Amino acid sequence: MNQQRQRRNMGETTFQIVNYSFLTLISLSFIIPFLVVLATSFVSENELIARGNFILIPRDLDFTAYNLLLSKGSLIYNAYGITFLRVLIGTLLNLAFTAMMAYGLARRDLPGRNGLITLVFITMLIGGGLVPNYLLMKSIHLLNTFWVMIIPGLISSWNLIIMRNFFMQIPVELEESAIIDGASPLGVLVRIVFPLSLPTFATIGLFYAVGHWNAWFDAAIYINNTQMHPLQLILRQVVLSMTSEEINTTMTAGMMERPTAQSLKAAAIIVTTVPILFVYPFLQKYFVKGVLTGSIKG
Amino acid sequence: MRRSIPSLIHRYKLYYFLIAPGIIYYLIFHYIPLYGVVIAFKDVSPFDGVKEILTSEWVGLKHFRNFTNSYYFWDIMRNTLLISLYRLIFGFPAPILLAILLNEAKNILFQRIVQTVSYLPHFISMVIVAGLLTTFLTTDGGIVNTLLQLMGLKQIFFLGDANYFRSVLVISGIWKEVGWGTIIYLAAIAGIDAHLYEAAKLDGAGRMRQIWHVTLPGMSFIITLLLILSIGGLLDAGFEQIFLLYSPSVFKVADIIDTYVYRKGLVDLQYSYAAAVNLFKSLIAVILLLGANYLAKKYKQEGIW
Repeated sequence: MNQQRQRRNMGETTFQIVNYSFLTLISLSFIIPFLVVLATSFVSENELIARGNFILIPRDLDFTAYNLLLSKGSLIYNAYGITFLRVLIGTLLNLAFTAMMAYGLARRDLPGRNGLITLVFITMLIGGGLVPNYLLMKSIHLLNTFWVMIIPGLISSWNLIIMRNFFMQIPVELEESAIIDGASPLGVLVRIVFPLSLPTFATIGLFYAVGHWNAWFDAAIYINNTQMHPLQLILRQVVLSMTSEEINTTMTAGMMERPTAQSLKAAAIIVTTVPILFVYPFLQKYFVKGVLTGSIKG
Repeated sequence: MRRSIPSLIHRYKLYYFLIAPGIIYYLIFHYIPLYGVVIAFKDVSPFDGVKEILTSEWVGLKHFRNFTNSYYFWDIMRNTLLISLYRLIFGFPAPILLAILLNEAKNILFQRIVQTVSYLPHFISMVIVAGLLTTFLTTDGGIVNTLLQLMGLKQIFFLGDANYFRSVLVISGIWKEVGWGTIIYLAAIAGIDAHLYEAAKLDGAGRMRQIWHVTLPGMSFIITLLLILSIGGLLDAGFEQIFLLYSPSVFKVADIIDTYVYRKGLVDLQYSYAAAVNLFKSLIAVILLLGANYLAKKYKQEGIW
């Protein structure tokens, strides 16, 4: 009996050691890529020539790539502004439209409610596809405008459902007692429902904001003018499409010190990732909450 | 108490007023494009306006036939389904496994740190993931090939090599989403009654047996549900990732329905043909979804909708 228990404890300890080591390795795999890119972004041309192919720890920090990317008038500098506007305006409008519709649809006794929900639901199953969408944007003159990145995605059906489920969880008695106390339906919405929903607004708003921050495909197909392209699209151009020669001719022309193509690409990745890395740890709990609310069937 | 329609509208006017903008949005941006699929049955040229599109002649299933008879048809179908299946076989169990291991690591602080770090890639855009991959995998001084060289092995151009491209897709896809995927499983594990573990321990069950007989059965409901749901998405092999990473040298193994539609529609401007291919995909997807819902109903006595 005792021997058996001892053997079990041995097995238990081995399991724990293996498990903790494995989880530590996995976690490192999520962090190390960013550290490697960060290191690469500081490698100067001279050091690359002197030390060869790949440098994990640069001897001194060279900021040429960052100077180039963040100098006024550069594409990245400009794209930062576009993306900032997109996240700000887009998220506010997303929230307003989604919350309004969700609140209306949360009303259990609303005549025609099921029909309207079905109308939304169908669009989650089928869509027109790339070409009909493109033709629509063309015919309503949204092509090559800032608004083509905002309006076509005003409401995400998934977020609409999460919000509606939330509104339906607010006890009806709360609203009814306010009505009895003489509040109008609008008064109930503004003074009771809205303050109660602020955490949900934060969660859904974050989902929308991250979506806007990361979006690029809509701009890629609907907007020709590079001056109006958001950050991710410029990043794609720098990191994926440009060869070293192209970077040298288009971006570094006339510069005394040139960054290497590798460090320029790495710096572009860092510059677009850092904002997310900074806000992310503080917002994490809201995201997790959103996933779990969404999974409850309403 | 029955009320007439005008008085009903009056009573609920605030709610209808709040819903109206949303309905208009759905009609314009989701239902007009749905109607737009009629171009799949016509011959629409890039210079046609709305009027020409509406009045042009019907050509029936011409574009559908062209697609199914085309040289690329089987390649594209095979790629779409294979990439999707690989993602399912390797990507689906990954977050389940990670959630179980996380749950077994009883140190709360450690658990928190691993969770925080593992959710991170979910918030990074696919462009950045593609950027990381190209910088690491390049033969021009990338870290992976430098290591291969140091070990005396031959360099591999992963993103341009048909033998490796799909593996790169699947592995980087798992890297991006595995942590985020654990959230829902961890919630399921948290819902398991602690007495079950006590009882299992009293019966002499070790760690592995507890996982097998208590943790996994406790998650089985959500696992089955998510598995069934993923059937509906079988034709979505991950457009964004493939679009960012592929090149003509790997078209043979990487071209999927969605990338093909993009090239035919927005690059070659064969609007009608692209719309037909897209519609073909939507039809199969709807059939898969209905099938999945049927399965879910059988399993749960109640569908997903």
